[in-house]
Amino acid sequence: MTAAVKVKGARRTGVDWFLLFLRVLLIGLIAIGLLAFIAQQIDPNNWFARLTHDGEAASRLSWPQFRGLIVTGLSQGAMYGLIALGYSMVYGVLGFINFAHGEVFMVGAFTGFIMSNKFDEAGWWDGPIFIPVILITILVSTLVATATAVIMERVAYRPLRGSPRLIPLITSIGVSFFIQNAVILLFGPGAKGYPPNPDWLEETIPVVGIEVKKLLVIVVAAISMAGLWYFVERTKTGKAMRAVAEDKEIASLMGIDVNKTIVTTFAVGGAMAGIAGILWGILFKSVIATTGFLPGIKAFTAAVVGGVGNLGGAMAGGVSLGSAEALAPLMLLEPLGVEGPSQLRDAVVFTLLILVLLVKPTGLFGERLSSEDRA
Amino acid sequence: MKKFLTILAMFASLALIAAACGSTLDEAAETATDAAGDAADAVDEAMEDDEAMEDDEAMEDDEAMEDDEAMEDGDAMAEHLGDGSLGTVIVEDGAEVQIRSLNAISGDVAFLGLPNQRGVEQAVVDYGDIKGFSVTSGEGLDDLCSADGGQAAAQQIVADEQIVGIIGTSCSGAATAAAPLISDAGMVMISGSNTSPALTSDQQGNAGPDWRVGYYRTAHNDLFQGAAMAEFVFNELGLTSAAAIHDGDPYTNGLADAFANAFSELGGEVTSVTGVAKEDTDMVPVLTEVAAGSPQALFFPIFQPAGDFVADQAGGVAGLEDTVLLAADGLLNDGFMGLEQSVGIHFSGPDTRFGTNTNQSTGVSAEDFLATYEANNGSAPEAPFWGHSYDATALLLDAIDAASWVDGDGNLNIDRQGVRDHLNSVRGYEGLIGTINCDDFGDCGSQKITIIEHLDAADIPASQANVVFEYAPQ
Repeated sequence: MTAAVKVKGARRTGVDWFLLFLRVLLIGLIAIGLLAFIAQQIDPNNWFARLTHDGEAASRLSWPQFRGLIVTGLSQGAMYGLIALGYSMVYGVLGFINFAHGEVFMVGAFTGFIMSNKFDEAGWWDGPIFIPVILITILVSTLVATATAVIMERVAYRPLRGSPRLIPLITSIGVSFFIQNAVILLFGPGAKGYPPNPDWLEETIPVVGIEVKKLLVIVVAAISMAGLWYFVERTKTGKAMRAVAEDKEIASLMGIDVNKTIVTTFAVGGAMAGIAGILWGILFKSVIATTGFLPGIKAFTAAVVGGVGNLGGAMAGGVSLGSAEALAPLMLLEPLGVEGPSQLRDAVVFTLLILVLLVKPTGLFGERLSSEDRA
Repeated sequence: MKKFLTILAMFASLALIAAACGSTLDEAAETATDAAGDAADAVDEAMEDDEAMEDDEAMEDDEAMEDDEAMEDGDAMAEHLGDGSLGTVIVEDGAEVQIRSLNAISGDVAFLGLPNQRGVEQAVVDYGDIKGFSVTSGEGLDDLCSADGGQAAAQQIVADEQIVGIIGTSCSGAATAAAPLISDAGMVMISGSNTSPALTSDQQGNAGPDWRVGYYRTAHNDLFQGAAMAEFVFNELGLTSAAAIHDGDPYTNGLADAFANAFSELGGEVTSVTGVAKEDTDMVPVLTEVAAGSPQALFFPIFQPAGDFVADQAGGVAGLEDTVLLAADGLLNDGFMGLEQSVGIHFSGPDTRFGTNTNQSTGVSAEDFLATYEANNGSAPEAPFWGHSYDATALLLDAIDAASWVDGDGNLNIDRQGVRDHLNSVRGYEGLIGTINCDDFGDCGSQKITIIEHLDAADIPASQANVVFEYAPQ
């Protein structure tokens, strides 16, 4: 009997040791990579660089190159953050991960593709009235994405309210496939191109060296985030959302229409994804039926990294994830002598997720869950 | 009765073993294997027919069998190629000769595979009958442009023993998985668009790691495409440093390496050869990695959509503003060339100025082919390997013709080894793509490479005709 307990105890310690080893290994590798990067910036021909680069000197990144990485990481991260908000909000209110949220983002990008090409045919996309045209495009994309999210909730999730949490989760995977294939059916499987952006959008702002389109992405994302924060924290509807997230039953006793509030949550999350979709289109000028999948998964990762249910955390998680994805291949992997480090970007993202879960399981900014979820 | 059947079965098994041993032990003659194959056939018959049992003794006797065959087939037998070592395909009177097209006809790469498949179908129609037997390419099979797809399709093909050979695959990755199965089954495969050096040889007499007997291709070997691009960059553009990007696929990897090796052999400096993930959209990190070495030229022989993003984002990365962008035949299609960001890029690819080249077996010229193609499919081919697939089909049908004879029962016998023998000996064959010579490792292509400069996204044919450099191996 005692022996059995001992074995059990010993096994648990083994796992603990392993996790500790994993933490030390990951943090150690990051530290060595970073130090090697700094050393290589100071002297590309130092002994460690020669060791990891087959006896040759490493190459040094110039400041504009480094700045380019930061800006691309921020703009990519801002989009992840916008999508992550939807995951986080739905999780906060309903307690399940809506895997079809990535498709809402894709629907936004597709709407942007249709709108922008129509405007381009009319000669408005590249013309002097680009600003109002892009605002209309953003508005319509947002509306379509919002509608998609709301219909999704009404058709697929509301009938399942009250069932075990696994059931809406699996349903959401089905909804995701359904939307992807519906888009393939409607528009075909090939990549769809946005028209070329107006020239000024492609230019780089002198001195600061940021491309205008990336600045636009960051600014629009920041405004949306600020708007959302105001909506959730300062309006009555936002207060209702927070109350429903805290405890649905008590909220309904307080006279809050729970169904309406849940629909609002989906709508707001969908709107954020729609905005991210059109920004994606402006940045990458291409959309395909499966565009939503990988950004969706990464945004979900961002939500977990920032702390599920925490809106600020989702945005911060997105930005840190985007930056890590842009910077880590060259700042950590390349100095360690990894060949083709950019191929490992996705691995970097998910390693970051593992690291955060190992070191701070509630996410960088802490979870905000309802009382039932915490229990 | 049961006992009798058991004894019969045992006896038949023994006869089979004896026949098999006969073929492996008797090293003296090529005729031995011939007879063994026939013996095995005879055993099958024997099992059905009690009376034939008496002949079993004779079956083990090689010479007796040979005499029988010779008497039956007379002169026609003597004319065909092959020693029967891989067995024969017997097409019964009134049946069709079976070949197959295996190409990427769905998904992202369908633009490449569909013209290949149509080339095969058109060649079969143009070629006509072989010794009075009509030919069919059946339903076009799909290689999905992946190893999994190639393997699954190859398994389906080798299960049908009537199939003599296949034209395909479209993608080198699919061929790597399909070639071993096709080769082991005694069939042949001739690809119109595989270009990975690993599938044939390094052109120095060493077989590539994925080379298999019975594999041939009319497409070029990417060692030549890499060399062509390197020569163009170093000698024509006068640039001395270059980088290359691949996406991990055997085609892109092989081509990026071939370019890098050829470029350093010429005396140029290769600053980096690195990779992207196929699904990546944000290329700034990988481009920054490339920019750190300040190359004057960047070669990215990858596919869409990753290629779209590289072309679009390269200009915005510090250090790559003036770098010359170079792409290869994987992006040499209407989808990529229709994009604004692809203008100004140099593309390497097979020389597709076929003009009035005529296939010597069918008498059809490239112009005629294109006219028929447009009439049948409503538009011109989207990718350049239709001519290669057409010639590949004509070569296969020629080989079947050379390795076959009509026996006394009016059946067409096709010697599988004879088909390979014919393909191995192809020299100076005039096809749509030019002169075709097969080397020891199945490289049959004309190996002519051209480099074009893309001038106008709205006028792709004009850009495709804008050849700035020509390459042909010495």
